[in-house]
Amino acid sequence: MSKALLEVSGLCMRFGGLLAVNNVSLSVHDKEIVSVIGPNGAGKTTVFNCISGFYTPTQGTIVFDGEQIQGLKGHKLARKGMVRTFQHVRLFKEMTVIENLLVAQHMHMNTNLLSGFLKTPNYRKTEKRAMENAAFWLKKVNLLEFANREAGNLAYGQQRRLEIARCMVTSPRLLMLDEPAAGLNPNETQELDQLICNLRDEFDVSILLIEHDMGLVMGISDQIVVINQGAPLASGTPAEVRDNPDVIKAYLGEE
Amino acid sequence: MNRPLYPAIFAAIVTLVLTSMMLGIQLKTEGINLTLHSASEFTWYGIAGSTLAVFLFQLFREQLTGLVTLPELPSVASLLPEGKKGDRIKQLGIAFVIAAALIWPFTEFSNRGAVDLATLALIYIMLGLGLNIVVGLAGLLDLGYVAFYAVGAYTYALLSLYYDVSFWVALPLCGLLAATFGFLLGFPVLRLRGDYLAIVTLGFGEIIRILLLNWTNVTGGPNGISRIPKPDLFGLEFTKRVRCSAEDKLADACNVPFHEYFGIAYDPSYKVIFLYLLAVILVLITIYVINRLTRMPIGRAWEALREDEIACRSLGLNPTIVKLTAFTIGATFAGFAGCFFAARQGFISPESFVFIESAIILSIVVLGGMGSQLGIILAAIILTVLPELAREFQEYRMLMFGLLMVFMMIWRPQGLVPKSRPHLELASGDKPQ
Repeated sequence: MSKALLEVSGLCMRFGGLLAVNNVSLSVHDKEIVSVIGPNGAGKTTVFNCISGFYTPTQGTIVFDGEQIQGLKGHKLARKGMVRTFQHVRLFKEMTVIENLLVAQHMHMNTNLLSGFLKTPNYRKTEKRAMENAAFWLKKVNLLEFANREAGNLAYGQQRRLEIARCMVTSPRLLMLDEPAAGLNPNETQELDQLICNLRDEFDVSILLIEHDMGLVMGISDQIVVINQGAPLASGTPAEVRDNPDVIKAYLGEE
Repeated sequence: MNRPLYPAIFAAIVTLVLTSMMLGIQLKTEGINLTLHSASEFTWYGIAGSTLAVFLFQLFREQLTGLVTLPELPSVASLLPEGKKGDRIKQLGIAFVIAAALIWPFTEFSNRGAVDLATLALIYIMLGLGLNIVVGLAGLLDLGYVAFYAVGAYTYALLSLYYDVSFWVALPLCGLLAATFGFLLGFPVLRLRGDYLAIVTLGFGEIIRILLLNWTNVTGGPNGISRIPKPDLFGLEFTKRVRCSAEDKLADACNVPFHEYFGIAYDPSYKVIFLYLLAVILVLITIYVINRLTRMPIGRAWEALREDEIACRSLGLNPTIVKLTAFTIGATFAGFAGCFFAARQGFISPESFVFIESAIILSIVVLGGMGSQLGIILAAIILTVLPELAREFQEYRMLMFGLLMVFMMIWRPQGLVPKSRPHLELASGDKPQ
């Protein structure tokens, strides 16, 4: 198999006396969808926070695209092409939908203050490109008609889609979704399912996913990593994980 | 019925105690002694009446508030027409206002005092707009904004005192130095938010003031700096006679008074009008620059930071840099305003830069509507003109000010003119790729 895009090995995260994540390893290859599942409080989001630079892991290495990244700050990682969504939607609620997408492209817009004041051709071109990119992604997630609506006034499902679009305008290589289906109805979940597959097939992103909706996870994942109480429990293809007795025990209890 | 009875009795007792202490008993000096006098019978009737009124109001409060509903203020946005035509009308309106502001001092509707007051209002507009970047857009509560204002004012005063630097050279230097201070303050407060940030900035404001107060051999301490020269107009001065050293006179490098150059009689109001026009131009530049900034990526980044810092980081925005730019650019405008203030006033002392100034600038921003330029301009005018109009009420001025604030917060917590989001046009035929 080709070299992994993201390689996490021996990841530990300790908060005082609590070992929240213990020796977790996972790897994501190009154009692969990897899911992290586990009961509530298993440490999935902590793993996410470590990878995306919001926590500095106590131990272990994280290699992204052949480069060690553990301990780097979140915004630096985002510039390397790794963006994430959050368990609770974190949009810029008082800004419009289109502004949300423009903010996300900030790091790609190499405009300095002076060119903005003078409205140089280069500045106009960058702005135009950013707007076109934003329009493209709004169409993709069916939010084009809401472009000038304040993001906080969108329905919950739309906010979820906007958050994904906001990540995608940065043209990432790895998209990390933290429970994207939480709070969605079955219909919306199905749409999300298609959207995620579409992102991978059409835009060559790898996806790391935390999810509780087993239907979604089993349907789209290439690999699944199961975490229980901070420690890795099992990993493999959906079929392997489904039949793993340990996983069944953790989820359903013994007998 | 039982429920409001106790609070009503309590309120009545409080009223009775307070009013009888303050109004019912009077102190009089007789020789070197103070004697207590009971107020006139009439006052006591008044006290009894007001106590009863408070009691009844508290008792029937729910019924009364049900009867009277505060009328809704119309929103300004709804009054303006929408779309392309609306833009034309808006542009015409802006052009009209600018023209009116420039012509006004020459018309009969103005007098020297009014123009002077308008200049002061313009200084506050500049300060309000600058603080708006930090508080309204970036969402960082700054209670020490007056410090940058002081830095600007003292920069010009000291430069002109020691190095004889002219206003026009000092103006950019003031902005630059205030920006440097903004940058320096930005560093320690980067990790702070909300209350903590407010306290640190408050402390910074006081440090600057106390420094100016105690560094007597440079800043003159509480005596301040006087005879700060007024700005000139391309070498033309607005004083009756030009101050000029002997060697300058020999080299013929002296400024010429404005009235002599044009051969007209000296009139002190030329100076006032010139300062006013200068302030108008500075404010227009400020408005233009800030307006552009808010539409640029950096302006959007400020607002995004206010909304959600964590999301910002996850999208590759460096919160450190975004915060620092907000602090620095906000401080720059305070520096310009301070420089102009020193030039207009001719005299500055640390007394001009006390905490209450910060509070007034902050209330301009809050009253006008966080982030809204039009609202801040209106609020700055109201807050500077109103105290002057209410001069007759003297000691009740602050009371009225407080009441105004309370009513504003009840009626319109979002400010006079709430910020409207820029409507960005997506070309409908956009089909990239």
